[in-house]
Amino acid sequence: MSGTATKSPDAHAHQGFLRTYIFSLDHKMIGKQFLILGLTMLLLGGGLALLIRWQLAYPEKPLPLIGASEQFVTTGDPDSTSSWDRTWTEWLSKEEKEQNWLTRNVPQGVITPAFYNSLFTMHATIMIFFVVMPILVGCFGNFLIPLMIGTRDMAFPVLNMLSFWIAVIAGIIMIAGFFVPGGHAAAGWTSYTPLSSDPQWTGVDWGQNLWCISLIILGISSLMGSINYITTIINMRAPGMTLFRMPLAIWSLFIVAILLLLALPVLTAALAMLLFDRMAGTHFFAPSGGGEPLLWQHLFWFFGHPEVYILILPGMGIASEILAVFSRKPIFGYKAMVWAMVAIAFLGWIVWGHHMFQSGMNPALGTTFMVSTMLIAVPSAIKTFNWLGTLWGGNIRFTTPMLHALAFVSMFVIGGLSGIYMASTPVDIFIHDTYYIVAHIHYVVFGGSVFAIFGGIVFWFPKMFGRMMNEKLNKIHFWLTFLAFNGTFFPMHILGVGGHMRRIYNPLQYEFLKDLQPINIFISICAFVLGFTQLLFLFNMLYSIKRGKKAEDNPWQANTLEWMAIYPIPHGNFAALPTVYRGPYEYSSPEVEEDWLPQTKKLAASAHGNGHHG
Amino acid sequence: MTAEIFDADIARGEDLARKKSFGQGPPPFFAEPPFDPGDRGEGSNTPVGNVFLAMLLFIGADVMFFAGLIGAFVVFRFGAIDWPPFGQPRLPIAVTGLNTLILLVSGVTMLQTWRHLDDWKRRRIANGLNLTALLGVIFLLVQGYEWAKLIRFGLTMQSSVYGAIFYTLIGCHALHVFGAVIWLLVVLMQLQRNQFNAKKHNSIKLAGMYWFLVVALWPVLYGLVYLR
Repeated sequence: MSGTATKSPDAHAHQGFLRTYIFSLDHKMIGKQFLILGLTMLLLGGGLALLIRWQLAYPEKPLPLIGASEQFVTTGDPDSTSSWDRTWTEWLSKEEKEQNWLTRNVPQGVITPAFYNSLFTMHATIMIFFVVMPILVGCFGNFLIPLMIGTRDMAFPVLNMLSFWIAVIAGIIMIAGFFVPGGHAAAGWTSYTPLSSDPQWTGVDWGQNLWCISLIILGISSLMGSINYITTIINMRAPGMTLFRMPLAIWSLFIVAILLLLALPVLTAALAMLLFDRMAGTHFFAPSGGGEPLLWQHLFWFFGHPEVYILILPGMGIASEILAVFSRKPIFGYKAMVWAMVAIAFLGWIVWGHHMFQSGMNPALGTTFMVSTMLIAVPSAIKTFNWLGTLWGGNIRFTTPMLHALAFVSMFVIGGLSGIYMASTPVDIFIHDTYYIVAHIHYVVFGGSVFAIFGGIVFWFPKMFGRMMNEKLNKIHFWLTFLAFNGTFFPMHILGVGGHMRRIYNPLQYEFLKDLQPINIFISICAFVLGFTQLLFLFNMLYSIKRGKKAEDNPWQANTLEWMAIYPIPHGNFAALPTVYRGPYEYSSPEVEEDWLPQTKKLAASAHGNGHHG
Repeated sequence: MTAEIFDADIARGEDLARKKSFGQGPPPFFAEPPFDPGDRGEGSNTPVGNVFLAMLLFIGADVMFFAGLIGAFVVFRFGAIDWPPFGQPRLPIAVTGLNTLILLVSGVTMLQTWRHLDDWKRRRIANGLNLTALLGVIFLLVQGYEWAKLIRFGLTMQSSVYGAIFYTLIGCHALHVFGAVIWLLVVLMQLQRNQFNAKKHNSIKLAGMYWFLVVALWPVLYGLVYLR
């Protein structure tokens, strides 16, 4: 859409600051808002992870920077030269009511067991619900859907704005949980009952309540978002944009929106029951009152397993875009890719029991769940081999987004394969609740989703902010992240097979884990490198928004519609709505000289059609 | 020549942007036809308008919410040795059966109202909506009366899981009916203020769709929870 028509129907150009940046109705701004929300929460969630790693590598040692001296912690005698020792002595000498947040959670800089429980609970909760979902679904969904299908905005812009601000409210409530008496939720992100349903077990009162309330509110936000996405994709595609001409990223977001729409209400029902158990004196999940603790696990995982695919499917879509663009080849087996995603989404509904092999569920049921889970390997393998087929013989450009996409594919394979291991009941009985599962989930959600997030941000940065990110810093960030990521999470497989339980406070309390402690220290050092490397990415983003090289309209020579919109993209996106003539991945087509062939380019002789692009 | 076509497109685009947020039928089809004659160009061909599609999706989500609660109910009921548990009151089957009829009749009146929408018989529509809302209120009052009796007989949220799931499941449905009645009243108010006409009455249809949801859910709940 360059050349003849650069002015767009820009009815919203003169809105004030508040309507442009805060309560914006523009899907692109809402997408960026979700990105900011997600990255802010990423800092918090990452910080929690580093605290966990400190405790596991150096159990009950004072934290660096704010901790007291080791002498003070071990002997109780403050070191008179240390100013933190004096501060801690002063804080700890006060009445318990007058003590501050630090003395309650990290007295002398040592993480307490109760605080440790909140740490791993909230690390997972924040990363899943407030980082990966807002960025992958909220940011990319909002930013890409209208641009890539060629429409002017979401079907319901107001609903879209509300969806973001409701997510912010949920985030504030979630963070508030850290500061209520009793501390934040501490029963794991899965909040298994009866541990979570009665304050007497964890000592957590309002923390868990706020956790439930926040997730119910976030569910409303996601409901609004998914209704918006599905309606937009079904009803508002540009002329010629048939379903099977949609980019795979849009397909993945479409499928994810359906999963969200149908899975989250079940979680809402379960959360409401948990909240009643905690606040209205019911006994849904308490055996003492005739309740059924396993019911929570069934309801939670009925939502929770589709949720896992909600986290990975958009990553698959984004990786598919990037791989095709930088291999300069059509995606291998486009329709198979679509149907594989549909199959994964469908199978995702009938596998939840594989989280519960150890729960006392009927073993015959376990076998069914084992078989259905292993079936998921089939569509996943179709996707993986199609990605390889896309790369095969391609004219590969090793840009940073491409590196992230390649990392996505390879890490997803490792995470996927360990998934098949654990789907098998006999193996799962051995490695259940060990660090093996921690390694698995991080290979899928960090190695998969987060690499896709980085790749997607770098890839679409030129359309979001009109500038290129600094390639050199990006490469450094990628390689450090990739190495530190594998250094962090690969050894966890070994820990897991060695019997290291997840969620334990101090591994040194167990005789058989003492030999494994050097691995824990190695993992933690890698984790610190991994954590601080992300600051480099944030710096690069902020720097490039202001000072980056100005981007061309189509810097990667891509085909899809978003590259036909001209930066700064006005509210309304396109001068005239584009017409789509072909699928999204016509790279290296023999029909044209260049090695890309935009979806909007009309090839047959027609003066009017050719006017659409310069 | 080209510029004129673009100007026309832009004008139509603005027009679309203005009204797209409220599903006045499918978005207009403009610019060129798709390249291949075989392509339908789905952007042009939307059988269900935006707001109706969104409402259908919301109903789908709501059904899943009830599916979660009904799943819990099924686990408790069929896992229990005694249902209702010893010492807990039985539910009023006959009165609630009558109440079920009332709600079903309200579904019929809503359907009648819906039929008059397209030929816009304003008075009949207003009467139909009034009658539907009235039947909904009667349903809620009977429910409330029965609940008050049940509480006096000792069935509470705390007394047993039986009571807890009963009040949660039936209470959620009652809240839905309450919300639907409020929505009908809002629509009625708008109708009285002449905010609707023969062409523009999507809000009434949306409220109707929601009403059909709460009516359709009830027989399922009645059969599961009350009948044994």
